[in-house]
Amino acid sequence: MNINGKKKIWSEYQKEIPEDHYFYVRSCIRQNFFPASEKLFLEIVRERLSLDFFETEHHTTCGGIAYHSDTIPQETVMTIVARQFALMTEAGYKNYVASCITSFGLYTEILDTWHHFPELESKIRDYLWKTTKREFQKPEYLAHASDVVYKLRNKIASQAKYKLVNKDTGEPLKVVEHIGCHYSKMFPSKGVGGAEYPYVLTGMIEAWGGEIVDYPERRHCCGFGFRQYLVQANRGYSISNTHKKFESMAPFKPDMIITNCPGCPYFLDRWQYVIKEMEGKTYGENGEGIPVFTYEEVAGLVLGYDPWYLGMQMHQTAVEPLLDKIGIKYNKEEKYLL
Amino acid sequence: MKEFGYSLSPSSRVDLDKVDKSKQNRLFALEPGFKKCMSCGSCSATCSAGNYTDVSLRRAISYIQNGQDQLAVNMLRNCMLCGKCLIICPRGINTRNLIRNILNVYGEKQI
Repeated sequence: MNINGKKKIWSEYQKEIPEDHYFYVRSCIRQNFFPASEKLFLEIVRERLSLDFFETEHHTTCGGIAYHSDTIPQETVMTIVARQFALMTEAGYKNYVASCITSFGLYTEILDTWHHFPELESKIRDYLWKTTKREFQKPEYLAHASDVVYKLRNKIASQAKYKLVNKDTGEPLKVVEHIGCHYSKMFPSKGVGGAEYPYVLTGMIEAWGGEIVDYPERRHCCGFGFRQYLVQANRGYSISNTHKKFESMAPFKPDMIITNCPGCPYFLDRWQYVIKEMEGKTYGENGEGIPVFTYEEVAGLVLGYDPWYLGMQMHQTAVEPLLDKIGIKYNKEEKYLL
Repeated sequence: MKEFGYSLSPSSRVDLDKVDKSKQNRLFALEPGFKKCMSCGSCSATCSAGNYTDVSLRRAISYIQNGQDQLAVNMLRNCMLCGKCLIICPRGINTRNLIRNILNVYGEKQI
């Protein structure tokens, strides 16, 4: 594989990302799966980097999970999103940042739909007014939270306590990056690096000392796929997707996986246990699994946060072997005390 | 093994690095027209056997290119060698010769 060629193409798919003054919206499922990630994101941007990120307790789910599960119509989900935009307008912000990849994809899809069908936008404005007496401005800039961390990656690196390096050998850790499908597969121009060569997580890993693994099924779905998982009879499709990815990445012996989507870290993490039960197979070193992280968790690790404060006790696949490899200090006794 | 109520499906992934190219090269030498196929599907559309059985030369060529040669052989066993595909092929490939040679190179029996 020609890595230099890929790097050249990546550099052609960059997008401008504002650094400051954002209206932040959380994900409905990330807080259950990886509870510390969103808190940590706000802590890093507000306290470590002194930036203005506003969030309100009045925002709701974007409706994306129901929309992609075929349970609510598009006009309903558009009205929910219009209400979120109204909250942003009322708070006086113009940059909108979503924690969830599916939310980001949904907002992008809705803004694009309104651009092509302005009469639909008027209809939704009417629905919103009738139901909530609110009005809204569309965001001037829409970002995913990983775009912001990508933009700030060098500032984070300058405050880093650890690097993604094997402390014994001095070699960079081999990292698999997995981008959520709704980040740039639907609207390639909206993601850093487009659909084929997303650079958003690669940029973070390179800035923090790691080395990216390029493997054949790198752009394959993690397997969540909404209906594939939500209907139990379909879960074979979900786990088969994940299995295909692990079989493809295994020969490259990755040390860890980093993701930027709510579903991907969950399924890449949890399905490793199920594959072990079904096939007796594990993909990490010494019969262990490959630990899976959100990008906020990796940022937290390099900044020197306590792993248990980052919620790593919630992972199915144990993270301790990787922490030892990097040389991150932690107290085993405190794992489940927080 | 725990019962989860669902199971893994066999992967359809093909690792082309692991495909043995020697038989493919023999086939190219015996019927160079193989490389001219543009997968238009005219052969499959006109195939008499294909109306009643699972025969598609377009699919068989694709299987060979992907290293799934046994799927191609099993499919082409139903071919009657009538040659209608030879008449219709816009690239002028000697499809009957191609089918014979696929079966000869990849099959167990010579025809």
